[in-house]
Amino acid sequence: MLARILSVGLLAGLVAGLLVAVLQQVTTTPLIVAAEVFETRLSDHPATTAQKAHEHGAHEHGAHEHDEGWKPADGLPRLFYTSLATIVTAVGVALVLLAAMLVAGEEIDERHALAWAIAGFVAFGLAPAAGLAPELPGSAAADLAARQIWWVATGCATAIAIWMFFKAKKAVPRVLALAVLLAPHVIGAPRPHELVSRAPAELAAQFAALSLAVQASLWVLVGIAIGLLWPRLAGRPAT
Amino acid sequence: MASTSVPVSRSTERQETLRAASVAALLGLSLVFLTGFAQPQLLHNAAHDTRHSLSFPCH
Repeated sequence: MLARILSVGLLAGLVAGLLVAVLQQVTTTPLIVAAEVFETRLSDHPATTAQKAHEHGAHEHGAHEHDEGWKPADGLPRLFYTSLATIVTAVGVALVLLAAMLVAGEEIDERHALAWAIAGFVAFGLAPAAGLAPELPGSAAADLAARQIWWVATGCATAIAIWMFFKAKKAVPRVLALAVLLAPHVIGAPRPHELVSRAPAELAAQFAALSLAVQASLWVLVGIAIGLLWPRLAGRPAT
Repeated sequence: MASTSVPVSRSTERQETLRAASVAALLGLSLVFLTGFAQPQLLHNAAHDTRHSLSFPCH
C-alpha cells in the first residue's frame, strides 16, 4: 500500500510540478523579477520618513534578506531551483491529498480526486489569501512567523470545515462548520503596521490574481494526475 | 470460511491503509514545510520564487 501511495504521489507531483513550473515561468516569475527591480531601486534612493519607518519597523527583515547568503543566480539556476521547489511542493501536496482521501475512506478516481483537490485549493489557497493576499517582494507585511501560523491555521480550519459540512447531514454540525470556516477571518490575519509597499499596485494586483490561478492549477493538476494514476498503479491483484 | 475471514482481513487491510497514509502524510507535510515554510536562508533563497508564486507567506 505504501509503495503504491508513494509511487502515485511522486509521479503525480512530478507531472503536475513540471507543468506548473512552466506556467510560473511565464506568469508569476516575470512579475517577481520586475518587483525586485522596484524593490532594489527604491531601497537605493533616499527614503521618505514613511519608507524609513517601514524598513526599520514592520519590514526590517524584508528586502535585505535577498542580499544575504547564497541564492541562485538569475537565469537558468533560478529557473532550476524554482522548478525544483515547485515539483517538491507538488509531490508533498499529492502525498497529503492521497493520505487524506485514504483516511476518509474515499474512493480514489478522477472525479473524487479532482473534487478533493478543488477543496484543497479552497482551504489552502483561497481562504488564506482572503486574509493574506499573495504578495510580491517588497510588499508591506507583518511578522513572518505570525503570518505563517495564521496561514496554516486558516488552511486547516477551512479544510476541517469543508469536510464537516459535506459529511454532516444535520443543520447543527453544518452551522458549526460555517463557524469554523469563518473563525480565522473574524480573528483576523496579522496586519503590517503601515501599508507601505515598494511594489507598484498594478504589478501587485496582477500578481495576486495570477498567483491564485497558478496555485489552483497546481491543486487541479495534482488531483487529475492522482485520479488517473491511482487505478493504473494498483498493487497485488488480490487488493 | 469466507464469511469469517472477510471482516478480519478487511480490518487488517484498513489498519495497513491507515499506517501507510500516516507515513505518506508525514512525508508530504515535511516536503511542503521544506519548500514553503522552513526559515534557513539557504532553503528560503532556493525556494523564494515558488513561495511567492504559490502564495506562501514569505519574508
